[in-house]
Amino acid sequence: MTAAVLPALSNLSTLPAAFQASEVNYVAVMPLFIVFVTALIGVLVEAFMPRERRHRVQVSVAVGGLLAAAVSIFWASSNLGLTMGLSDGSTNRSLFALAIDGPALFLQGAILLMGILGVLTMAERFGGVGPDAFTPSGASTPGSPVETAATRAGALTSEVFPLTVFAIFGMMLFPTTNDLIGMFVALEVLSLPLYILTGLARRRRLLSQEASLKYFLLGAFSSAFFLFGTALLYGYAGSVYFGDLSSAISTAPLAMNGLLLPGAFLVFVGLLFKVGAVPFHAWTPDVYQGAPTPVTGFMAACTKAAAFGAILRLAYVGLDTARWEWSNALVIVALLTMVVGSVLSVTQTDMKRLLAYSSIAHAGFILVGVLAFDRTGVGAVLFYIVAYGFSTIAAFAIVSLVRQNGAEATHLSQWAGLGKAHPVAASAFAFLMLAFAGIPLTSGFVSKFAVFSAAVGSGATGTVLAVVGVLCSAITVFVYARVIVLMFFSEAPAEKVEVVTPSAMTTFSIAIGTLTTLALGVVPASLLDLADRASQFVR
Amino acid sequence: MGTLVHTLASVPSVGTYAAGLATHEGEAHAATGITAYAWLLIALPLLGAAVLLLGGRRTNKFGPLLATLLSWGAFVVGLLVFIAMLGRGAEDRAQEVNLFDWITAGSFKLSAGLLVDQLSVTFVLLITFVGSLIHVYSLGYMDHKDENGHVHSDPDKRRFFAYLNLFVAAMLLLVLANSYLLLYVGWEGVGLASYLLIGFWNWNPAYATAANKAFVANRVGDFGLSIAIIIMFFHFGAVDFTTVLGEAGSNANEGFMTAIGLMLLLGACGKSAQFPLQSWLGDAMAGPTPVSALIHAATMVTAGVYLVVRSAPIFEAAPTAQLVVVIVGAITLLFGAVVGCAKDDIKKALAASTMSQIGYMMLAAGLGPVGYAFAIFHLLMHGFFKAGMFLGAGSVMHGMNDQVDMRRFGGLSGAMKITWATFAIGWLAILGVPPFSGFWSKDKIIEAAFIGEGWRPWVFGGAALIGAGITAFYMSRLFFMTFQGKKRWTDDVHPHESGKLMTVPMIILAIGSAFLGLILGPTGWFTTWLEPVTGAEPEGAHPVIPVPVLLVLTLLLVAGGAALAWMRYWRDDVPVTAPAGNLMTQAARRDLYQDQVNEALLMRPGIHLTRSLVFADSKGVDGAAGGLAALVGGASSRLRKLQNGFARSYALTMLAGVVAILGALWVMS
Amino acid sequence: MNSYVPILFMLGLGFAFAALSVFTSLVVGPKRYNRAKLEAYECGIQPTPQAAGGGRVPIKYYLTAMLFIIFDIESVFLYPFAVAFNKLGLFALVEMVLFILTVFIAYAYVWRRGGLEWD
Repeated sequence: MTAAVLPALSNLSTLPAAFQASEVNYVAVMPLFIVFVTALIGVLVEAFMPRERRHRVQVSVAVGGLLAAAVSIFWASSNLGLTMGLSDGSTNRSLFALAIDGPALFLQGAILLMGILGVLTMAERFGGVGPDAFTPSGASTPGSPVETAATRAGALTSEVFPLTVFAIFGMMLFPTTNDLIGMFVALEVLSLPLYILTGLARRRRLLSQEASLKYFLLGAFSSAFFLFGTALLYGYAGSVYFGDLSSAISTAPLAMNGLLLPGAFLVFVGLLFKVGAVPFHAWTPDVYQGAPTPVTGFMAACTKAAAFGAILRLAYVGLDTARWEWSNALVIVALLTMVVGSVLSVTQTDMKRLLAYSSIAHAGFILVGVLAFDRTGVGAVLFYIVAYGFSTIAAFAIVSLVRQNGAEATHLSQWAGLGKAHPVAASAFAFLMLAFAGIPLTSGFVSKFAVFSAAVGSGATGTVLAVVGVLCSAITVFVYARVIVLMFFSEAPAEKVEVVTPSAMTTFSIAIGTLTTLALGVVPASLLDLADRASQFVR
Repeated sequence: MGTLVHTLASVPSVGTYAAGLATHEGEAHAATGITAYAWLLIALPLLGAAVLLLGGRRTNKFGPLLATLLSWGAFVVGLLVFIAMLGRGAEDRAQEVNLFDWITAGSFKLSAGLLVDQLSVTFVLLITFVGSLIHVYSLGYMDHKDENGHVHSDPDKRRFFAYLNLFVAAMLLLVLANSYLLLYVGWEGVGLASYLLIGFWNWNPAYATAANKAFVANRVGDFGLSIAIIIMFFHFGAVDFTTVLGEAGSNANEGFMTAIGLMLLLGACGKSAQFPLQSWLGDAMAGPTPVSALIHAATMVTAGVYLVVRSAPIFEAAPTAQLVVVIVGAITLLFGAVVGCAKDDIKKALAASTMSQIGYMMLAAGLGPVGYAFAIFHLLMHGFFKAGMFLGAGSVMHGMNDQVDMRRFGGLSGAMKITWATFAIGWLAILGVPPFSGFWSKDKIIEAAFIGEGWRPWVFGGAALIGAGITAFYMSRLFFMTFQGKKRWTDDVHPHESGKLMTVPMIILAIGSAFLGLILGPTGWFTTWLEPVTGAEPEGAHPVIPVPVLLVLTLLLVAGGAALAWMRYWRDDVPVTAPAGNLMTQAARRDLYQDQVNEALLMRPGIHLTRSLVFADSKGVDGAAGGLAALVGGASSRLRKLQNGFARSYALTMLAGVVAILGALWVMS
Repeated sequence: MNSYVPILFMLGLGFAFAALSVFTSLVVGPKRYNRAKLEAYECGIQPTPQAAGGGRVPIKYYLTAMLFIIFDIESVFLYPFAVAFNKLGLFALVEMVLFILTVFIAYAYVWRRGGLEWD
C-alpha cells in the first residue's frame, strides 16, 4: 500500500522543479525594512536598557527610525514595480508578494509621518517618569496589590513604542501586499499590537480592557470573514495573487461564478471592518472611547490610511475586472456608513465617541471616492486620508489635554465654556471641528470636494452617492457646530476643567496637525498634484 | 506676496463664451495696474482679523483702531480699482486677477482668482465704505459711559472688531470670487462671521439660540448652493463663472438650468432671509446693533441678490426658475411688510423691513434684464438708508439703556437731534419720497414689475405697489413711535445724543441716502455702468399702466400709509403695553406663525423622539435650534440603542449585515 | 478521486494512532491518583475560583505555553529548510539566520522581562 501512496503524493506536488530565488529590490522595500528593524531595536532596548533612560531612548529610536524610513521613500519611489517574488516563465505569471507603486509609497509616507506625530503624542509624560496615558501594569486590576507592586517596582510601559512601530510596519505592509495571504498577514501584524495598545489606558482601565477584548474578539471575527472570502476566491481563481485573480475573472468557468461575489464581498468585509464601515462599525465607538487617547488618534489616522490603501488595491487591482459583481455591495455599505455615521454622531455626549462616529462618517465619504473607479478617485482618496489623518491626530491630542482632577474630561458638558478659559486650545479644536465639517479654507473642504467631484464625474451612481454625502456632511455640521457653541457660547461647568500644558512633543503634534489642516485647505494644489501623480497602480 | 499674484496671460476661453455672453459681459481681461492688487482688498481686513485674534490681549489697546484703519485701507484700494476701471472703455472694464492654482483633481483644474467687473466693484465700494463707517461707529458703540463719566469698553471689544474684519474679508471674497467654489468659500465665511456676531453676547442663552437658528436656516441654504455647484460640475465639468455662465448662455439644457437655478435660489433664500427661510433674520437682531446694520441690513443679506444677478445667464435659460425667483420676492416683500407693521421691538421692525426690501430686490432680479440693474441699484440705496437707520436705532438704544421697545420711546426728537434728523432722511428714503434715494430705485422696480403680458404684471406689480403702501405705514409707525408723540420713557432713562464717533457715520450715511439716488438714478449713469454685466434693458417695454399714472398711484399710497400712521401713532396716544389687537395683528406679531409652521412641520415629529437628549436641551444649545436637527436627533437616539455595548450583539450585527447585503445582491441579480 | 486516497490514508493513520495511544495508556499506564491528577484540566489551573487574587488565572502558564509555540513555529520552518538545504543555497541560509535572529530577539525580551521566572 505504501508503494501505491508515495507516487501519488509526489504527483500532487506543484513546486517548481528547481528552486528559484525571489527577486528582491532592496531599495524598494527599504522603508518597510527600516521600520521592522526599528521595532526589533525597540524590543532590545526594552530588554537591556536601564529603566531610567528607557523612555527617552525608546522615543528617539522610534522617531528616528520612522524618519529614516520616510526619507528612504524618496529612493524607493524611483524603484517602482513588483518585488519579493518571481516570474514564472512557464505559465507567464508574475508571483510577487509586494507591489511598490504610487499609492503604496504615498500611503507608506503618510502612515510614517502620521505615525511620528502619533508616537510623539504617546510619549507625553506631563513631567512623570513614564508615558502618561499608559498604565505601568496592563493586565492588573486597577488599585489591586499587583498594580501597586508594579508601580512601586518602577514598572514602565515603554513597550508601547515598539508595539506602535510594529503596528506601523503592518500598516505600511497592508496597502503594499499583492496577494491575499500577504494582505492577511499584514492585517494581523497591524491589528495585534493595536489590541494590546487599546487595553493599556492608565485611567478608566476596565473600560480600556473591555475595549481591548471587544476589539480583539470582533477583529478575530472579521479576520475569519476575510479568510473565508480568501478561501472562496482561491477556489474560484486557483491562486491568491491579485494578478491571477484579475485574469481568472475572464477565464474562469461560469459555473464557478457563485464563489466570486461572496468571496469578494467577504474579503472586503475584513477590510471594511478596519475602516469602521457600517454595518461593521460597532466596535469603533467603544474602542475609540476605551483606548488611551493618543492611541485612539494614531489608530483613527493610520489604520484608516492602511485599510483604505488595501481596499483600493483590492478594488482596483485584484478584483477590478469583476467590479460589476461587487460594486453594488460597496455602494450599499458606503450609503449606510455615511448615513449611520453622521446621524448617530448627533446624539453623542462623549467627545471620543463623537469623534468615533465622525470617523465612521468620514470612512463613508472616503468610500465614495473609492467607488469613483478612476485615477481621479484614487488621488482624491489619498488626499482625503492625509487631510483627515493629520486633523484627527491633532484633535485627539487636544482631547488628551482637557482634564478634570487629572483624568481626561471627555464628556461634552465638561467642555462647556472652554473657549473662555483656554482660548488657544479651544480655537485650535474649533478649527479642527470646522475641518471635519468640511468648511472651506480647511483641508476637510478640499478633501470632500475632491472625493465628491470624483464621484460625480464617474456617473449617475457616483452622483447619488455625492448628493447623499453632501446631505450627510450637512448633518454632521450640526454636531461640530454644537461642540463649538459649547466651547465658546456656554457657561463653564461648576467644577473646574483645565487644559494641562503639554510637552514640546505633543505641542509639536498639535501644531503640525492644525497647520497642515489649514495649509491643505488654502493651498492644497501641491499635495493634490502629488496624490494625482501617485494614483497609478502597478500590476 | 507680490510673486503670488501674477497676471493671467490669457483667460481660459470657451469657444462659445464671447457669443453667448455678448449681451451680459465683456470678456474679462487679465488685470493690469492697481487692479492686479485687488487681492489687497481681502488681505487687509483678513490681516486685521488675524492680528486681533492671534495677538490676544496684547492688541486690546490698539486692535479696534487697527481694524478700522485696515477697513478704510480696503476702501481706498477699492476706490483706486474703481477709478482705474472708469479710465477704461466700457467693454474693457472687467478684469480677472489670478491668484494661485487651487484645486487640481485629475483633469479638473481650478484656480483661485478674483473677477473685478462693474458688478463686483459696486459691491466692493458698498461693503468697504459702509463697513468702514460702521467700524468707526462701533468704536463708540462698544464703549459705555457711566454716571461718573468714566468710559467702560465692552470686555470683548477686540474680539468684536476681529469678527467685523473677518466679515468684511469674507464678504469681499464672496463678491470678488471668479468661481462658484470660491464664492462658496466667502459664502461660508460670512455665515461664520454672522454666526459669531449674532451670538457675540452669548451670556444670554436666547442670543445663543438665535445664533443657532440663523445657523440652521443658513445650512439649508448652503446645502442648496452646494447641490447647485455639484450639478454645475456634473453638467459643465467646471465651476468657474467664465465657463459656467458662458455655456449657460449658449448651449444649456433647460432641465439642468432649472435645477441649478432653483438650488441657487434656495441658497439665496437662506442667506437673504427670503421666504421660506426668512425666520432667522428677526432673531438675528440679538447681535450688537452695528452688526445688524452691516451684516443683516446692508451687505450679507443682499448676497442672495448678488448670486441671482451674477448667475443671470443660468436664470435666463430657465424661465421656470426665474418665475420662482419673482414669486419668492413678491411673497417676501409682502410678508416682511405685514410683519413689520406689528413689531414693537425697533430692531425687529427694521429687520422685517430689510426682509421686505430684499424681497423687492429679488423680485427685480427675477424679472430679467429689465430688472437686474434696478435690483442692484436698490440694493445700493438700501445699503445706505437701512444701515443709517440701524445705526440710528443703535444710537437710540445707547441713549435709552439698551431699551428696544418702541412703546417706551416717543418724543425723542428733542433729546437726540442728530439721530432724529439722520433717521428722518432714511425714513423718507425708504418711503420713496422724491428726491430721496429710495424713490429712484424702488419706483423703478415697481415700474419694471408692471412690464409683461398676461396675469404676471398685474400680480407682481400689484404686490410691489401694495408693498410700497404698507412700507410707508410701518416705517412711519416706527419713526413716529420712536421720535414723535408723547414721551413714554421708563423712569430711569436719561436720553442723550451719542458721541461724535457714532453721529458722524450716521450723518455721512444720511447724506448718501439723501443725494446718492439723485446723482446716480435720473442721470441713468448707474444702469449704463452696469450694462456690460447685466445686459441692456430691452427696448420698447412699457408697463401695463402708464408710467405717470403709476408714479402718482405709488405716491398716493405712500402718503396714505404715512397719514394712517400719523393718526394712530403721533396724533393719538400710544399705549405702553401692546393692545390685544385683532387676529391679523396677533399673527403679524408672531411672524405670521412662521415658527409655528416650522415647528409643526419639522420639529414636533422630532421632539418626542428627542426627549432623551436631556443634555442638549439643558445646555440650551439644540433645544430650539431647528426642526431638522431635532428630527435627525430623534432618529439618532433610536439608532444608538443598537450600540448596546455587548460584543456578541456587535458580532451579530456584522453577521446580519453580511447576510443582508449578500442577500440583497442575490435578489437584485 | 485517486488523489484523495493518500489523505484518507493519513486520516485513518491519525485516528488509529490516537486510539492506540489511549488504549495503550489505559492498559499499561500506572494508576496512582492524587488531588491534582483528578482535577478537570490536570494542568495547575483550578476549575473553581481561587480565594486569593479574585478568581483570576495565573498568566505564567500561558506565557510558557506561548513560548513553546514560538519554538514550535520555528521548527516548522526549520524542517523543510533542512530537508531542501542543498538546493536552496546561500540565500536561504541567510534568510533562515535572520529568521532565527528575529525570534531570538523576542526570546531575549521575554527572558529579560522575567517571563521565564515562575515566581
